[in-house]
Amino acid sequence: MSTHKAALCKVQILKLFLTSARCGRITRFHGVCGLSTSTPASSAKVCIVGGGPAGFYTAQHLVKTRTDVQVDIYERLPVPFGLVRFGVAPDHPEVKNVINTFTQTAQHARCSFHGNVRVGKDVTVEELQEAYHAVVLSYGAEGNRTMGVPGEDLAGVYSAKDFVGWYNGLPRNSELRPDLSCETAVILGQGNVALDVARILLSPVDILKKTDITQHALDALAESSVRRVLIVGRRGPLQVACTIKELREMVNLPGTRPEMEASEFEGIAETLKSLARPRKRLTELLLKAAIETPGEEELERRNRAERAWGFRFLRKPLEVLPSTDLIRAAGIRLAVNRLEGDGEGVRAVATGEVEDVECGLVISSIGYKSLLIDPAVPFDARKAIIPNTMGRVQQTAGLYCSGWVKRGPTGVIATTMNDSFDTARTLLQDIGKGTLDVSTVKPGSQGVSALLEKRGVKPVSFSDWEKIDSEETRRGEIKGKPREKMLDVGEMLQVARA
Amino acid sequence: MARCLYLGSFLFTKIVNTPRISMRVKTCLIKTWTPHSQGKTAKCSTFSNILIKINDMYSSSGKSWLLTSSDFYSLSEEKVIIHFINQDGIRTTTAVTEGQTLLDVVVNKNLDISGFGACEGTLACSTCHLIFDKTFYEKMEPTVDEEMDMLDLAYGLTKTSRLGCQVTVQKWMDGMTVQVPQEVRDAVGSKGNQ
Repeated sequence: MSTHKAALCKVQILKLFLTSARCGRITRFHGVCGLSTSTPASSAKVCIVGGGPAGFYTAQHLVKTRTDVQVDIYERLPVPFGLVRFGVAPDHPEVKNVINTFTQTAQHARCSFHGNVRVGKDVTVEELQEAYHAVVLSYGAEGNRTMGVPGEDLAGVYSAKDFVGWYNGLPRNSELRPDLSCETAVILGQGNVALDVARILLSPVDILKKTDITQHALDALAESSVRRVLIVGRRGPLQVACTIKELREMVNLPGTRPEMEASEFEGIAETLKSLARPRKRLTELLLKAAIETPGEEELERRNRAERAWGFRFLRKPLEVLPSTDLIRAAGIRLAVNRLEGDGEGVRAVATGEVEDVECGLVISSIGYKSLLIDPAVPFDARKAIIPNTMGRVQQTAGLYCSGWVKRGPTGVIATTMNDSFDTARTLLQDIGKGTLDVSTVKPGSQGVSALLEKRGVKPVSFSDWEKIDSEETRRGEIKGKPREKMLDVGEMLQVARA
Repeated sequence: MARCLYLGSFLFTKIVNTPRISMRVKTCLIKTWTPHSQGKTAKCSTFSNILIKINDMYSSSGKSWLLTSSDFYSLSEEKVIIHFINQDGIRTTTAVTEGQTLLDVVVNKNLDISGFGACEGTLACSTCHLIFDKTFYEKMEPTVDEEMDMLDLAYGLTKTSRLGCQVTVQKWMDGMTVQVPQEVRDAVGSKGNQ
């Protein structure tokens, strides 16, 4: 009975029985990996405008929840992933892991990616609405808020969006050529983007050269004379908008030391006990870097450091001061503020005093801004978002939005993820209730492809992107970097079509 | 005796293959009938040999039977029962082995928790945020600064919150329940916090 042979015999008998009477197979729906390849003729066709995190997360939720939804993502550039590729700092590669999820979504049977298609120029939103049952606008914020001060157009003044685009390989910023020959750089704004810029300006080149930072940026930073970065904000230490992880990175940045005015932190330590944990920990770290006397080891490290950074509070830009030849920035005039009110209602009020700071590089990091891409889309110019209720665009049936163009340009990837899931849920709800009519047959991507072909536009598919991806990775490997990004759309298209 | 064993193993496999029977019952059954490190009986070892052979047969033909091969071979190890409650309040029970993180569990068991683990366990996001019962929370290893930094940004943060990618399953967690923040929508449709 315990013989191997007897056991095998039983196995054969069991096998016969089980295969013949097999019923109720356990099937699993594995995340976004679709199993069926046929799409029923009456499937709902959804078009997503924008191939960044918002677009991909919206698509992910749609295809995962209903098996009769087909999603097509249209992206202006030949390469996908939006700010995950062009916004996340090169020394934050873990944040880019979300690309793996997006890749899974793009490779799903009921999802397709169409790059190199400019919605608003190559195809209009109205044409998309005719071809699809629903259109989701997820095109983010490609503009930026301006300071609106004299001298903003001088050489040496850049928006953080363009500066970040420059070191991250965004094609339209490839020719920025920022002048890094000055000693002091002033960054207006104290959010995470401002800290990213400060960190990239002051990081040792040995660290940067192992990241996917663009080669021309790396070369420029290696020659940079910038030794001091001031991160300036309108309000006080308790209103600083960055988060603790980024602040900790500045505090621990090799070869640098913090330099701040103790007077700007008066009264802050006393408020600590009334703060919520996230703000409390952030403020504690800030105080430690700004005013605490360091231990011996830290003191020595600071003395050896050749580069410095610091926050300046209660300062608002009034004017960028020109050099003697009136071509470039040579300084910045700041209005001194004081705070009024308390808690959430704290406001910065001008005192009338001004302060001039000598600097050759001014970077304004005061916010991105969404733009109108098609006159058929309602747009709130004041808030710079598409007016909507829970993702449904107001006054336009069949039009939805997700991501920054829906909520405004704030938040991390996870914020956009939740927001995109919300819009997807709203859309699915509308299908379920019948508010969104999916009974008619729509041409979907075939209809749009016909239009694009007539206009001489050749979309880039996801497998075409994969060719660009392999080439970038190959070029990076030679230099010990994860990838060497292509800077020219023409080159991307060439590789895609090879 | 031969016939009894045949019938027993047949019934056993039928029960274990029925989807509607809860995972907990199945795990109990399997725990009883697979060999432990001590006290192996002839009956147990033949039985488990049969199960292993059937599972291998199905695995090699590309069909999924009850469990993946690795799950099956690790059956002789102690299993820890952990309950997960997702954003819609739906509860799923899992039987997992020690040593993996809670993020591993959610991924490997394919649990329906939307947007979990975006950065794949590298402390670069807060999407694997889980809320624990106080008694279990207090027994865990204290949080390091890097975890706390990301946790501070989590939606629906509580005093007993941790990041799932930093919590490793241990035997004493048997029976533990973890949940993600429940979603509450008010009339305007903005996400509230419960």
